[in-house]
Amino acid sequence: MLQELLLDIPLTIMATGALVGTAATLVGVFLVLRGNSMLSDAISHSIVFGIVLVWLLTRQQSGPVQILGAALAGVLTVFLTELLARTRRVKDDAAIGLVFPALFSTGVLLLNVYARDIHLDVHAVLLGEIGFVWLDTVTVASLDVPRALVWMAAAAAANGAFVVLFFKELKLSTFDRDLAAALGFAPAALSYALLTLTSTTAVAAFDAVGAVLFIAFVIVPPSAAYLLTDRLTHMLAIGIAISVASSVLGYHAAVLLDVSIGGMMAVVTGLFLLAAFLFGPRYGVVARSWKLLGQRRVNESRLLALYLHDRGGGPQGAVAAALRDRLRWDAGKTAAVIRRSRRLGLVAPEGEVLRLTEQGRRAALELLEPWNAG
Amino acid sequence: MSGLLAFLADHTIRNVVAGATLLGVVSGVLGSFAVLRRQSLLGDTLSHAALPGICLGFLIAGTRDLPSILAGALATSVLAALAMLALTRWSRLKTDAGLGISLSVFFALGVVLLTYIQGTGAAGQGGLDSFLFGQAAAMLRSDLWIMAGLTGFSVLLVAALWKEFKLVAFDPVFAATLGLPVAVLEATLTAAIALAVVVGLQMVGVVLMAAMVIAPAVAARQWTKRLGPMVMLAAAFGMASGVAGALASAGARGLATGPLIVLAASAIVLVSILLAPGRGVLWGALRRRRDRRALGESQVLATLHALTTHHGDPDYLSEQGMIDTYHGLATRGTLARLRAGGWVRAVRHLPHEGRHWELTPAGRERARRILADPRAEAGTEPGIDRDGGGA
Repeated sequence: MLQELLLDIPLTIMATGALVGTAATLVGVFLVLRGNSMLSDAISHSIVFGIVLVWLLTRQQSGPVQILGAALAGVLTVFLTELLARTRRVKDDAAIGLVFPALFSTGVLLLNVYARDIHLDVHAVLLGEIGFVWLDTVTVASLDVPRALVWMAAAAAANGAFVVLFFKELKLSTFDRDLAAALGFAPAALSYALLTLTSTTAVAAFDAVGAVLFIAFVIVPPSAAYLLTDRLTHMLAIGIAISVASSVLGYHAAVLLDVSIGGMMAVVTGLFLLAAFLFGPRYGVVARSWKLLGQRRVNESRLLALYLHDRGGGPQGAVAAALRDRLRWDAGKTAAVIRRSRRLGLVAPEGEVLRLTEQGRRAALELLEPWNAG
Repeated sequence: MSGLLAFLADHTIRNVVAGATLLGVVSGVLGSFAVLRRQSLLGDTLSHAALPGICLGFLIAGTRDLPSILAGALATSVLAALAMLALTRWSRLKTDAGLGISLSVFFALGVVLLTYIQGTGAAGQGGLDSFLFGQAAAMLRSDLWIMAGLTGFSVLLVAALWKEFKLVAFDPVFAATLGLPVAVLEATLTAAIALAVVVGLQMVGVVLMAAMVIAPAVAARQWTKRLGPMVMLAAAFGMASGVAGALASAGARGLATGPLIVLAASAIVLVSILLAPGRGVLWGALRRRRDRRALGESQVLATLHALTTHHGDPDYLSEQGMIDTYHGLATRGTLARLRAGGWVRAVRHLPHEGRHWELTPAGRERARRILADPRAEAGTEPGIDRDGGGA
């Protein structure tokens, strides 16, 4: 039964994608919050160098030693970037952009030279082959399991354990690095641990999604989650949920259109981000524009209340004309403001005359004599 | 020699060298502004984001038609830059996340389109792969004219708006107070970087074009403080690495051009950062060492002098251990240097006691000078790096 599930091709592919997304989101949340998420760009390019080098040295492409060895290239990138930035001749962002292309270029050239011997090709480096993960299986507890699934599960478990064990330290050093340092939490060591895990995850995910698409899984779901919540735990949960949903939806869309599965999964994370950016309940563009519009309307009604408070009311036509003259509101707007103010109970018509209600008088006084309010 | 001439006369080689030259000029000139405006990684995002445009251009033209492919690349690059701006301006995402999102999602879209094109089995699609890592040998003479046109346009643009771009790069707030349309100028510069990326696509490819925007400019910044020479130098460095990488790639078949060009540019950066006069890290380290030594010598001389005056005996012999007590054990090297310079003499006081030191007349004179004005002696430069602010 379990064996059948593990060899079900669509399920394996979606599960691998979901695990890549989960593992990447666990570290990505902290990278995005710390504002150095572009390091994942550098790391995921540089591990190509590590993978090729480790392969040339050991002729092995998977296994814990190989993953750690290749991941060292990612850590090396971070180290070299910091070294370069510390000379103060180069800014941080330029340092990132100098180090990883050099390592990545070396990796690609080694691939070119040894292309006949290595089963990796330049295409797979960028695009990954998540559609073929089921071809390569290992036996775990007498079950045939796709190799990529095993390593991604291990990476997700390692990242999950790290986040759970060091949650307090990670949280503090992310939001207040100075305090964390003052309390002796070694934020620099923690930061390197985080980037090492990013690097190992990138290596584990490399076969499935390649060097560039991994960046999407690290940055996009956490960013989308960041637009939806203010709590760190919720951000982690929402990010993982988006990753899993993107894997499932991306797989089906890719099969439907007969295109790259990994690419489609990454595109779907982008769609989730777009949705969060536009329709997020608090920080979304629509919600904020709506709130702004509401505030503007309330202020317009208050303005009307102020005017009537000064005048003690007046014929509707005269009031409308005065608003047009003084505030340059057009007729339609003036009518709408009066209508909305009536609905709010700030003004009421008495025959032809527009009068301030008791509630409207209080609203005006709140502005004119704030010291008497409340 | 005749072999080299024949090599250079080769049609492909001439194309490649011309293309590399154009690439170097455009990326050096526009990269200088990107690096100075702290937008180095924008080039990374823009170049990755060219991939979907390349595919769209191919799909629309139905063939590997360079003008439509480059137009598509330019369109999606600029779109990615706008998406990044929108994300950072209208949400609480920071610049790094905005760059990363644009880069990865646009690239993913490109991957999807690339596989879609492969699925349709359209003719000439194989050529699209060469845009990933660059393949200079695949360049045609007609491609060169397009590259030359774009490069010429970019250079003319920079020349025409030189003063404005300079001001925006160094002091955007001042530029705004002068009434310059800063937002428009910044958008123009960003679009121009997209143009540079597009010019480099055939030579370097989408993945590594970022390095060509950054590396020549960073190297050039090491050699000069002035914008004009920096832009010229960056163009020269870009040309040199472009030509070197392209020739190496044409000479050794099977090696992608982009990585070779990038490695050549990285080598130039490494040399410039270490060895450039003034800003070279190596010179800085040597200067600091010299200053540290001069300071150590001054301290020891002053101490010796203080001991002689304290004891009221100009020929007072100071015990090594006593000097160590003042300055730690690191005085051995300092004393050896002072002795070699003739400022102190090593003497024995009593057979069972250790080494003693005595000021020579010259040393006494120097110690007086130090005590009169400590700054005059403590090296020519203070120990801190004066020009540390980077670009």
